[in-house]
Amino acid sequence: MTGTTSGSRLHLPRYLREDESLRTPVGYAGYKSTGLRAPLRTPVDLPQRLTEITGPVLGEDRVTAQDADLTWRNGGEAVGQRILVFGRVLDSDGRPVPDALVEVWQANASGRYRHVVDNWPAPLDPHFDGLGRVVTDSLGRYEFLTIKPGAYPWGNHHNAWRPAHIHFSLFGRAFPQRLVTQMYFPGDPLFGQDPIYNAIPDAARHRAVSQFSLERTQDNWALAYQWDIVLRGTGQTPFETDDDGDVA
Amino acid sequence: MNPLDVPPDPAVPFQPRSGQRGTGFLTEPFQLGVTPSATVGPYLAIGLTWADGVWAAAEGTPEGFWIRGRVVDGAGAVVPDAMVETWQADPDGGFPSPDDPRGAATYPGFRGFARAQTSTGEFAIFTLKPGRLPDGEGGVQAPHIDVSVFARGLLDRVVTRIYFADEADANAEDAVLTTVPEDRRDTLLATPAADGYRFDIDLQGDRETVFFAV
Repeated sequence: MTGTTSGSRLHLPRYLREDESLRTPVGYAGYKSTGLRAPLRTPVDLPQRLTEITGPVLGEDRVTAQDADLTWRNGGEAVGQRILVFGRVLDSDGRPVPDALVEVWQANASGRYRHVVDNWPAPLDPHFDGLGRVVTDSLGRYEFLTIKPGAYPWGNHHNAWRPAHIHFSLFGRAFPQRLVTQMYFPGDPLFGQDPIYNAIPDAARHRAVSQFSLERTQDNWALAYQWDIVLRGTGQTPFETDDDGDVA
Repeated sequence: MNPLDVPPDPAVPFQPRSGQRGTGFLTEPFQLGVTPSATVGPYLAIGLTWADGVWAAAEGTPEGFWIRGRVVDGAGAVVPDAMVETWQADPDGGFPSPDDPRGAATYPGFRGFARAQTSTGEFAIFTLKPGRLPDGEGGVQAPHIDVSVFARGLLDRVVTRIYFADEADANAEDAVLTTVPEDRRDTLLATPAADGYRFDIDLQGDRETVFFAV
């Protein structure tokens, strides 16, 4: 696909920024770790040029079939409530994002991560490592099988517990679309005391919560949760050409 | 039976839960609400470790070099659980991306993207010096690398750019660098080191790195 230049001019798309009232801030007072880490100065606006409207192509070669099924490791089945997590990756214009690398990681059913820093006294599961990877299909769909992660304490404040969540990392097509986030489960009683959840502006919090799907729940096998993920778009509807291909 | 073999039901239409139509006027473009970001947390190494992460350019690529640096917090302590990702043009100014309106480039051994964690106290990526690029408006950009920093305590990534201290002439003409207050510009300059360049990232403090809103 070649675009056009007139002289040294390039017609570049511009990825829209979600309104500040709907974006998670970098720092949040209730989340202690932000204190010495979140930058304090106002960021400088970066115009979107060639480096910003492009991004790496990271595809199927990073993913194996086993990566979509977290419930089987080391020759055995992980303990926990088996769940299917599925959804679509779209941009904010409603366009599917195909061939997008989705990386997930999570605690096991007892709320323990397989990580040297996590030493709270809940058992590790020899058949669960908590790592999954998938690539979206041509319609932007993804799905993986896992077990429902447990809640765990984390010392941010007295009796602080993280609601059950799955970490997601996504690449879209371009640098502004890069997203690292967490998916929650509907109706979690721990939401109210969790600063990481509450750092999301109220009006956008529901976007981080998956929805139970009876339709995709599989008889005698697994519960299903749907979570659609929306990356930044360019403001052009899918029905317009998104290219300035006509030179004339 | 592999449960993942069951195809999604095409009879169930997709209905975005997060859809919104702004003020409700039908003339307003339809936009879905963007999924909010969250911190990578302390356990990012589980999900985001790649055996080949550091190689923006393949090992042994001629002219390749290392960029190494620390991520430092507001108390001057080294951050040992951050991840740094980089994205850049090749030495000829091309990108291995179909979204480049000039066409996707292929430069031998060049991926353009790297990710590295700071568990040893610093990150290191192996790459090539990016070429100069048109800014699309008649100007030319200085060689630069876009950088994302993820860490526990950051609820969204923070973005900065690496420029090169040994590109003074190009830097002086760069429309982004020259809009940064002069006394903070050097926080964006990688400085020559034994096997490449050094680029430390200060999240806070007197030498807080210039971060960008993209």
